[in-house]
Amino acid sequence: MTTAPAGATIDAAGLRQRVADVVAAHDPATTDPAELLAARFDAGLAWVHFPEGEGGLGAPRALQSVVDAEFERLGATPAGREKLIIGLGMAAPTILAFGTPEQRRRYLKPLYVGEEVWCQLFSEPGAGSDLAALGTRAVRDGEEWVVDGQKVWTSLAHRARWAILVTRTDPDVPKHQGMTYFICDMRAPGVEVRPLRQLTGEAEFNEVYLTDVRIPDSQRLGAVGEGWRVAQTTLMNERVSIGGTAEPREGGLIGIAAGIWRSRPEARTPGLHDALMRLWVEAEAARLTKERLRQQLAIGQPGPEGSAAKLAFARLNQEIAGLEVELLGAEGLTYDDWTLRRPERVGMEARGAGYRYLRSRGNSIEGGTSEILRNIIAERVLGLPGDIRVDKDVAWKDLPK
Amino acid sequence: MSTSEADLLYSEVEEELRASVRALLADKCAPAGVLARVDGEAGPLTDTALWQDLCGLGVAGLPVPEALGGAGAGWREAAVVAEELGRAVAPVPFLGSAVLSTAALLAVGDSPTAAATLGRMASGEATVALAVPLSAPPGAAFPDTVRAAADGLSGTVTKVADATTADALLVPAVGTDGPGLYLADASEAVRTPLVTLDLTRPLVDVGLDRTPARPVVTGRAAEHALRTALRTGAALLSAEQLGVAEWALGTTVDYLKTRTQFGRPVGSFQAPKHRLADLWVSVSQARAVVRNAASTAGAGADDTEAEMAAALAQAFVSGVAVTAAEEAVQLHGGIGFTWEHPAHLYLKRAKSDAIALGTADRHRSALAGMVDLPAGAE
Repeated sequence: MTTAPAGATIDAAGLRQRVADVVAAHDPATTDPAELLAARFDAGLAWVHFPEGEGGLGAPRALQSVVDAEFERLGATPAGREKLIIGLGMAAPTILAFGTPEQRRRYLKPLYVGEEVWCQLFSEPGAGSDLAALGTRAVRDGEEWVVDGQKVWTSLAHRARWAILVTRTDPDVPKHQGMTYFICDMRAPGVEVRPLRQLTGEAEFNEVYLTDVRIPDSQRLGAVGEGWRVAQTTLMNERVSIGGTAEPREGGLIGIAAGIWRSRPEARTPGLHDALMRLWVEAEAARLTKERLRQQLAIGQPGPEGSAAKLAFARLNQEIAGLEVELLGAEGLTYDDWTLRRPERVGMEARGAGYRYLRSRGNSIEGGTSEILRNIIAERVLGLPGDIRVDKDVAWKDLPK
Repeated sequence: MSTSEADLLYSEVEEELRASVRALLADKCAPAGVLARVDGEAGPLTDTALWQDLCGLGVAGLPVPEALGGAGAGWREAAVVAEELGRAVAPVPFLGSAVLSTAALLAVGDSPTAAATLGRMASGEATVALAVPLSAPPGAAFPDTVRAAADGLSGTVTKVADATTADALLVPAVGTDGPGLYLADASEAVRTPLVTLDLTRPLVDVGLDRTPARPVVTGRAAEHALRTALRTGAALLSAEQLGVAEWALGTTVDYLKTRTQFGRPVGSFQAPKHRLADLWVSVSQARAVVRNAASTAGAGADDTEAEMAAALAQAFVSGVAVTAAEEAVQLHGGIGFTWEHPAHLYLKRAKSDAIALGTADRHRSALAGMVDLPAGAE
């Protein structure tokens, strides 16, 4: 069968057939990955829930995991797409939700195929967990906006062609109302990217300085003053996606710690054994929880457990990495490399125990601190009352900074 | 769904079963009623009328084949019932009879005595207590405190659960032909009630002195049956613990939405919020672990995945249930420390359950052996 009319095949079986058609026409062994991805985009299999012509089929979002698993099974998933994570995970859904037809046509396909890397200009030195406090100004000047400010914790800024950017356009209204969202050209004059060295020694992230950067109004996403609502769409998509395949037992850091235990009988003590087994049990519980969530997604009933996954992952990673350094004894006194590296992805497994210990400290800070996540779970999942707000009806310019 | 992983979800049939059990318990086993029973104001602790109503829903024979008079379902369904009974700290002999004794008799193999007994248990006509200390872990050596001889069973078994109202006792005993499981009329044994930490689950010491008994199975098959029973019990107990934890979390969340201090709902303060969020994460994880154990509970005695799943469940969920019940007492403040509030019933159940069928520490040790993480140098 060749490509059937959309609508008739938007179930798991129909999507698997579409995947098979794409792979049959573009043999993964001989086709350039970008070409295969372009074919996948054109067949509506990039994001099945996106509209036809924009990488999707208007299918239920839950079916994407079926498509991803099928491409994986057929050996047609290109490697090395880590540098696209912001574009795929955050920019694309936001452009889809708020972009004009021209914007969608311009940005979505190069983003998906991997021609253009994206980054996200959200956090600022004074606006981390309280993102809506941000102060980077955008002032309208005819058909352009002039932007001044400083952003921080920007992954991939040194590789990015485009950025999604949130700015303050009206300081005289409460903070959530005076923001506007743009697509920023990272090659524009006045954009300066500096590596931000972290406690691990490497510079995974950047600081980005914006000085009189001019952005055409045609690169605005959403209405003026609507930036917070647009940013919410971006942030809701930030949550770690659950893949289509099951995770093996002892996957992740617990496997490394268990391997050390098995290979070094001389280092075994009762206290370390107790600590190891407690963490082994917790890692297995976390794995089964993710598996349960995956099974829920597969039948189209996502549960709220997704918001628990990051919180649990951060704590577990930190505890296991901490134990691993102790398991190594004297060797735990050494570090693999303090060179200022610029990695494209966090390669926990590829580095030493000391690196894993230090890097894992960031797991409870990045992408929403564990404290903020607990507030979110308490209020949105458990329905507990909101905290007392002192910033709600105060103009941004009058807030303590 | 991956074939290598157990089904960790609840089926529609299971949710329907849950709804009918929950409705019955809401009607006949409200916390105030359990407290009245604990205080001796509502008849004996074990609620035999409630048990008969539950048996009417088929809960006593869920894993028992239809040919033997059961529902022909499985331990997954039974685990859903265990969750609801835990949520209600219901004083009924489910764990002792419908789980431990049933699992032992189902594992016995071809035995007319086992088949006939399972039928009577499934219908609610009789309950049977497995005469082992409730603290026995699945990996324990076959108990030798009771001797089987031509003139009957002699010896003692301490801290037996659900034996107070049992019609019969299934007793592990050692005779001339090795270990065996024997069925004795409970009225022929001396049952000494104990003052228990868990007020909702009675324990007795069982004294046997040339007590008449029928052998059900002997030899290695008896050892396998007992091991399977304790392992299945550990898996199902984790479901009960999940129910205890869910009650504690849900009740505390509801309370903190309405209780005000310093002019605002206590639940709007960050300190209790963060503790409840962490608890919710743990309970979510416990649910996955419990479903994993329930799904593999029907396997044979030497099934490694079932052994691991049950040990993992007890190693993880025991702590979650205790923490949940302790947090319920703490976050309810003064009212949580009173006798009139039911939180203490759950705290006592949770702490006792953490000892029942092997402590978390014992299960971690068992796991260490199973996954090649030995304690010391080989």
